[in-house]
Amino acid sequence: MLATNEIKKMISEILEIGSKSGEGHIPSALSVLDILWVLYDRVLKVDSKNPRDINRDRFILSKGHASLGLYAVLARKNFFSDEVWRSFGSFDSLLGGHPDRNKVPGVEASTGSLGHGFPMAVGMALALRIKNTPARVFALIGDGEANEGTIWESSLLAAHHKLSNLCCIVDSNHSTDRALLVNNLSEKFKYFGWDTIEIDGHDHDEIYAALNTPISREPLAIIANTIKGHGVKMMENDPSWHHRIPSAQELGEALSSLK
Amino acid sequence: MRKQLVKTVQSILATDDNVVLLLGDIGVWGFREAFKLYPERVFNIGILEQSTISLSAGLSMSGLIPVVHTIAPFLVERAYEQLKDDFGYQKLGGNFISVGASYDYAALGCTHHCPADVGILSNIPGMEIILPSTAQEFDTLFKQTYTNGHPTYFRLSERQNEQSYNIEFGKAHLVKQGKLATVIAVGSMLKPVLAACQDLDVTILYYTTVFPFDVEAVRQNSQSGKIIVCEPYYSGVLAPKILEAVYPNSVVIKQIGVPRQFLTNYGKAEEHDKELGFTAENIKQKVERLIAL
Repeated sequence: MLATNEIKKMISEILEIGSKSGEGHIPSALSVLDILWVLYDRVLKVDSKNPRDINRDRFILSKGHASLGLYAVLARKNFFSDEVWRSFGSFDSLLGGHPDRNKVPGVEASTGSLGHGFPMAVGMALALRIKNTPARVFALIGDGEANEGTIWESSLLAAHHKLSNLCCIVDSNHSTDRALLVNNLSEKFKYFGWDTIEIDGHDHDEIYAALNTPISREPLAIIANTIKGHGVKMMENDPSWHHRIPSAQELGEALSSLK
Repeated sequence: MRKQLVKTVQSILATDDNVVLLLGDIGVWGFREAFKLYPERVFNIGILEQSTISLSAGLSMSGLIPVVHTIAPFLVERAYEQLKDDFGYQKLGGNFISVGASYDYAALGCTHHCPADVGILSNIPGMEIILPSTAQEFDTLFKQTYTNGHPTYFRLSERQNEQSYNIEFGKAHLVKQGKLATVIAVGSMLKPVLAACQDLDVTILYYTTVFPFDVEAVRQNSQSGKIIVCEPYYSGVLAPKILEAVYPNSVVIKQIGVPRQFLTNYGKAEEHDKELGFTAENIKQKVERLIAL
């Protein structure tokens, strides 16, 4: 399948570029890669030649540490060159460990500190309504990020103001369950007044269908069940890989396992 | 001042469709007409300051001009990281108007005091900090700055000066010229400074904008080499800026400001003023001592 090949190529790039730079949260990027690919490939109305078009859909990667995944997709979609992509993490690169809206074409918000991107997305959705712009706003948060109070403050705000143009995708990989359980996010968002849907966050058809859920009067939360490090067996659900860079040998093994 | 806040912001809501007002569940009665006239752009957003600041950054990214209004400690200290990351780092414009400066809410206790606001906000590159000290000055400064694309903090105080001056954003106002020392009065400190210095041969510089700091005004008005700076917040914010301004000349600087301690007494703000020495008599004494050095 084309998508699978594309995903494999992007996983290879994330592994190689992350390893070369010695920076990046590789498993977090792999956790969200399928979601990001479906979003940019089939759902978002965005134009890499005019990334600030006022009528565009907006996407905010609230869990900014998964930036390698976003950069892989933006590079594939020609928001910037392969050369820029391969400069990740170097001193004068446009691409850092967390995305910067003032540097990276296609990046809507500078995120990093958790719990900021989602309320910014709520503000964007409110702004689009004020301006009568019929675009949508998508935010991707982590289930660990849902420890932050601003996630729930923003959920209240979005539901209260009936921001039906807003979709929150939760990358639910359970990696922070060891610290604090946020059990049953679907029910929690429902209680906060959102429409909710739960999917396999690595199944492209399910992701696509969820992102195209008919718009109601409420904001939409998609709880995407994912595997941190998905696609690279040695990293899957292993917390020690959170911010670890593979050695040359580990990189070789990881790349071979993709073939 | 609060009446002027309503008057000024409401007049701008009428003329500028891009302005969006977010109230942190205060000032709702004052803005009742604005709620009726502009329901799509005026919100009592609730008691969630961190998300309010991030949300307002989302508005700003989308071409709107947010005006956020709530009590100083909640706006500045609780939502500091949002101001830093979402506005400072992202280089976005927004307007943040506080009430409850320093210990204006003296009897409510230290949770409602905020003498640290100017100092901590001054650590955010690009943050503009304005202390209008009459109703007219607020109107002038807000209208001069609200669209300028920078994050701007307006620190409103219950304490006001008696006279408005022909002020300009980013510029100090030369109130009077003298030979023996320079007295820098920030915001509402001008009132006791004027009373203290009426018979003294000193220069008085009045600052309503502290960031960006008007370097030239100090440089050109500090020939005596003796400067006393009166700040209505935790002292020590402007002294380094003054030293930079006069370099390579040397000056003696005396600072009067709120001491770094919790003010655990209640009562009226004026009682705290007296306790802290924010009186004309005390300021006069300190200026005379500096002159005598």
